[in-house]
Amino acid sequence: MSFSEILNIGLMQGFAGLSLFSVLLLMGLGLAIIFGQMGVINMAHGEFMTIGAYTIYLFSQLTETYAPALAQAYFPFAIAAAFVFAFIVGWLVEWAFIRHLYQRPLDTLLATWGLSLGMQQIFRSSFGAKEVSATLPDWLMGSWAPKDGLDIPINGLFVMALTLIVTGGVLLALYKSRWGLRVRATVSNRVMANAIGINTTRTDRVTFAIGCGVAGVAGAAFTTIGSTGPTSGSLYIVDAFLVVTFGGAASLWGTVVSAFGIAQTQSVAEFFLSGSNAKVLTLLLIVSILMLRPQGLFAAKIRR
Amino acid sequence: MSKNQHCSFKRRSFMIGAAALPLMLAMPLAAHAAPPATAAVNTTKLAVTDTEVTVGQLHSATGTMAISETGSIQAEQLAIDQINALGGVLGRKIKVIKEDGASDWPTFAEKSKKLLVNDRVAAVFGCWTSASRKAVLPIFEKENGMLYYPTFYEGLEQSKNVIYTGQEATQQILYGLDWAAKEKKAKTYFLIGSDYIWPRTSNKIARKHIENVIKGKVVGEEYYPLGQTNFNSLINKIKVAKPDAIYAIVVGGSNVAFYKQLKAAGITGDKQFLLTISVTEDEMLGIGGENTVGFYAAMKYFQSLDNPNNKKFVEAFKAKYGKNAVIGDVTQAAYLGPWLWKASVEKAGSFDIDKVAAASGGIEFKDAPEGYVKIHPNHHLWSKTRIGQMQSDGQFKVVTESPGLIEPNPFPKGYQ
Amino acid sequence: MKANGLIRTVYGNYWSVAILALILLVLFPLSMDIFRLNLVGKYLTYGFVAIGLVMLWGYAGVLSLGQGVFFGLGGYAMAMFLKLEASDPVSTAIQSTPGIPDFMDWNQLTALPWWWQPFHSLPFALFAVIAVPSLLALIISFAMFKRRVGGVYFAIITQAVALILSVLIIGQQGFTGGVNGITDLKTLLGWDIRSDSARYVLYFANAALLLGAIVLCRLIQQSKLGTLLLAMRDKEDRVRFSGYDVAMFKVFTFCLAAALSAIGGAMFALQVGFMSPSFVGIVPSIEMVIFAAIGGRMSLVGAIYGTLLVNFGKTYFSESFPDLWLFLMAALFIGVVMAFPNGLAGLYESHVKPWLAARRSKATKAAARVAPTAPTHRPTAPASPAAAAGELGLAGKISSQIA
Repeated sequence: MSFSEILNIGLMQGFAGLSLFSVLLLMGLGLAIIFGQMGVINMAHGEFMTIGAYTIYLFSQLTETYAPALAQAYFPFAIAAAFVFAFIVGWLVEWAFIRHLYQRPLDTLLATWGLSLGMQQIFRSSFGAKEVSATLPDWLMGSWAPKDGLDIPINGLFVMALTLIVTGGVLLALYKSRWGLRVRATVSNRVMANAIGINTTRTDRVTFAIGCGVAGVAGAAFTTIGSTGPTSGSLYIVDAFLVVTFGGAASLWGTVVSAFGIAQTQSVAEFFLSGSNAKVLTLLLIVSILMLRPQGLFAAKIRR
Repeated sequence: MSKNQHCSFKRRSFMIGAAALPLMLAMPLAAHAAPPATAAVNTTKLAVTDTEVTVGQLHSATGTMAISETGSIQAEQLAIDQINALGGVLGRKIKVIKEDGASDWPTFAEKSKKLLVNDRVAAVFGCWTSASRKAVLPIFEKENGMLYYPTFYEGLEQSKNVIYTGQEATQQILYGLDWAAKEKKAKTYFLIGSDYIWPRTSNKIARKHIENVIKGKVVGEEYYPLGQTNFNSLINKIKVAKPDAIYAIVVGGSNVAFYKQLKAAGITGDKQFLLTISVTEDEMLGIGGENTVGFYAAMKYFQSLDNPNNKKFVEAFKAKYGKNAVIGDVTQAAYLGPWLWKASVEKAGSFDIDKVAAASGGIEFKDAPEGYVKIHPNHHLWSKTRIGQMQSDGQFKVVTESPGLIEPNPFPKGYQ
Repeated sequence: MKANGLIRTVYGNYWSVAILALILLVLFPLSMDIFRLNLVGKYLTYGFVAIGLVMLWGYAGVLSLGQGVFFGLGGYAMAMFLKLEASDPVSTAIQSTPGIPDFMDWNQLTALPWWWQPFHSLPFALFAVIAVPSLLALIISFAMFKRRVGGVYFAIITQAVALILSVLIIGQQGFTGGVNGITDLKTLLGWDIRSDSARYVLYFANAALLLGAIVLCRLIQQSKLGTLLLAMRDKEDRVRFSGYDVAMFKVFTFCLAAALSAIGGAMFALQVGFMSPSFVGIVPSIEMVIFAAIGGRMSLVGAIYGTLLVNFGKTYFSESFPDLWLFLMAALFIGVVMAFPNGLAGLYESHVKPWLAARRSKATKAAARVAPTAPTHRPTAPASPAAAAGELGLAGKISSQIA
């Protein structure tokens, strides 16, 4: 094997790690907001991602039927719509269930578990039990080949760019906006935040809905690399929780770092080991590190 | 459904002309006139009355496997409706009890026991994954039931109580590999599978065949957990190995991720030869034809098969389930189940499991959408294998088919 | 009043066990055929996990989402023994290597792996059923509780353990049977466990073991340890400052719950005749928590009723409303969590008991003014210690919480 081939494989493998990183980060981000900031264990996170995926499918069907000319352009709008849909559903879910359960975080787990069962059945009843496939614009598919033997997946680039935008947006919003200030105040001391005039009820609702909206965007983006079916969301939920817990739930930066670490470990391990062994190795590493640093990589500085 | 005529009569009428007309009129009349007495056709307390026979249907309508099993549920229901429209089996209408295995193997075991012990069904059409079959098999053998299992599977199994209407591994694999070696001049192979028994056993057979018969070389063999959604590292390994052929047995939701990421990495049908035994029209729905154009699959059935039986079948299926419905290999195999059972019962002249099982060997079904099938004494089917090329509309173009029926050989010597 | 109440409830507590025993040992066997009874037996094996969770979650305030791991390990230990017995050289003569389990042969293994060897012996297998899960529980919980990890973190880490073990079992199919699990278990020391008579015997053995486990747990609850666990749950720091090693109490409870789950798993393998990795994963582990939640996380007996209710519901709904049953299950879960946070037992405490008391006082008409609503205080949920009334002594509190 020549040097340039090794270089190519090395580059592509590096890219594979980065693209897995952005996938993990994107799927963990919504959860990091909901679980990390609010302490709500949202087991229906995967189903909110599925909402996003089906939104893309709906839009692709609609454009195909009514405006075939827009087939190349609908995708960004569909992603925006995925955010809106998931946001609305999240808003309703918070209003109907979650707000009654803030005092009992472990119960949110059970309620959202029930919710995820129900949502899966709704998807099944409305879109059928079989998987569907949205027709994606041509510019999203295929590879970008800057030179011979080097193929960079365009959908990977796309997910990466989207992750960058969404993560940047969430970080900015959380640390630079008034909403972020309210969220952080509510997280650190709900009673006091209420006392100084922050509407914590409203803050909670918006935060939960935004977390769901981000999940919807993630689901929409993953239609370029994965499947869309009633149970697709369950493929992601565990990884998402691992990323968030490993990073230290209270810190968004922790989520970023942990997604990066997990992605690189797994992607390198997969290249040198078989797929199943790589998965076990990665998980074992995560659990051993969690045993040593139980609060995750970036622990909030509170004494427990 | 009453307008739906029995395919075989129609075909015979086509062949023998007017001679069939009296037969068509006489048969149902005769059946209504004198159905054999229940005491005579049911000596083992099965759920058979003078007018009705109860069968069970056991698939996952919910959970992760519902994606795959829905087609089988529909096809079996279609076959049962058609049989009922023709007067049923031994003059008795078929009544179906549907149970949901919920993609959970212990649930399959529980429900199969319920069907056999509580409901005393005369036959069960069901199961999809190997795991669900393994979970119910001891129960079928213990309680003496009859299972019609539709999926292509790994072989290494044979039971009095199961009729395997899909292909076992050697039927599906060997012909495809021979074709790849001969037509595509493939010398080096990269084997990929989801991590469970069917892909592993199939790849083992493939490896032996490649190394011992084709005299080719296996340059890589990789397994990924079910539900894996990231294949970029694997794809890079393929690029390092540069195989002539990728032999892929990825299943379920992973399939979609695998093919989408292959395409994104520049591995497409015009540059790389890929042969799979796990992608049917059903999977293509989720993957999207544009992502797999030009790849090949080895199966016994494709929806695009050009023969009169299949035309009729596809028409009836679409009439019942919508014009966008697709039919994959397993769906067709599931459709065979009720018909083969009917033929076996009629040959045995009884619903008794032992008699039906004994009568099964040698049963022919000339109206099979795949052409013609026959039950081997080992309870698998003689069938042809075809190679289809994936098209952008999610259908397959049949490239070639085996010259004759391939004998099922669940315990292949030299491949274990 | 306090002492009286305690004595009364101690006896009252065992009344509820006696009623459960009557239902399990007399009512069910008389009213059901062997098929349904065998199903109940299967559900009751989950009951072991549920009562373990009552101790762990309700009393010690630690939620584990990985109980399936221990259920699975116990089940696999038992299944390995049974599989070896079923794989004698005669009945496996068709294989290329007779005498080893069929799935090993399919995966080209030619000899039994060394760590399978001891499972030829029943005493060892029974020992392993308890020891292996307890040991794993010890390792996990010691590391975690010593570092004062609790609550949500602990739940998520146990979830990760469940994921790892299921990936391992599925990936190492030559040694474990993979996705298929270990199937086709036939005999226990030559005794056919698939026959109807064996099913009856196993059902009663299972029910008796379960009742024994409940009594054991109740004894623990009423001992000083139980009081300490509750105190720990509500004000961990105070217990720690009083000089108790909080971590070790939690470790003990976690190991207890693990051992109970493992017994359930072993009984499952015996009664159902196979063991599958689908119990080890995350989904079944969460479902088992739901059994306990629906029954009432503070009540041992309630947990059993919860287990039975959810599983009967699952079976009945999926048989009668194949298209709707997931909605019904979802409604059940959400409804219970939202409306009856303390589950069936809480419902009994808050509605049925006062009503019974009212009836009784009306019926006897002895003392004119017996306070009819004496035991109306609701059991406290673990996460809302603030709701616990301050004037109640610990003993009084316990008495109210044991339904």
